[in-house]
Amino acid sequence: MIDSYIPLIIMVSVGFLFGLSNIVLAQFLGPRKNKTKVKLEPYECGIEPTTSARERFSIKFYMTAMLFILFDIEIVFMYPWAIQFKELGMVGFIAMNLFMILLFAGFIYVIKKGALQWR
Amino acid sequence: MSTTVILFSILAIAAIATGVSVIINKNPVASAMSLILHFFALAGLYLTLNAQFLAAIQILVYAGAIMVLVVFVVMLLNLGKESALTERFNPRTGIAVSMGVLLIAQLAIAFFGQPTGYNQLSDKAALNGTAESIGTVLFTEYLFPFEAISLLLLVAIVGSILLAKKQQKESV
Repeated sequence: MIDSYIPLIIMVSVGFLFGLSNIVLAQFLGPRKNKTKVKLEPYECGIEPTTSARERFSIKFYMTAMLFILFDIEIVFMYPWAIQFKELGMVGFIAMNLFMILLFAGFIYVIKKGALQWR
Repeated sequence: MSTTVILFSILAIAAIATGVSVIINKNPVASAMSLILHFFALAGLYLTLNAQFLAAIQILVYAGAIMVLVVFVVMLLNLGKESALTERFNPRTGIAVSMGVLLIAQLAIAFFGQPTGYNQLSDKAALNGTAESIGTVLFTEYLFPFEAISLLLLVAIVGSILLAKKQQKESV
């Protein structure tokens, strides 16, 4: 049972080690001298930073992310349905249609309200 | 010790460590990053229980989508100086601690009261967590709850637009 997960374990650990190695290697390979306050600023020559990068975000970002999650969950339910599509037959097809019609009504509501328009 | 027990121990320790780091970190963004690692550890725990579909969804929806929302909430609130987050002791803390002790006591009784003797999944359980079996059960036995979920999602869509749009009109 555990043997079938070995490719997955290798993939996850390679991804983790790649990210980790980039941080660690940057410490050794990057230039280390002249780390003054001016050198570490985002723009060494040019406009001086006026405020912190921690700005307040507009709620528009939040709404887009919220709608993304809701439709993301909708897609998640399609995976088990798609795998068992033939076995479930007509009943599964009708059930999924009902599910999609209800959510498509929501999608039309989103479009009509202009929630995805960037204004 | 079997491989399942070893894997469970590693993942459980990782889950607890990252969970504690979520609470201890003063920087909200660092807490959010710890929460991502926590979700990955939970996905690994689901895999040890042979719930492959649940593990994939855990990473897709929680580590992917829900964490975006958490980071946005951190940005929206704009807490500023992290030192302002330090909490002083109040009655709520006392209640929370006593509730936690009660929960631990309950879990301890559940674990040590009637030991089942099982520390490994049966071969039949291996077939329960696949996407195939979930699809079969979801569209036959649990068809009504599945359709109810679409209504729930619809309500969430309408609700999020209603709340966020109103805010936008006020600001314009």
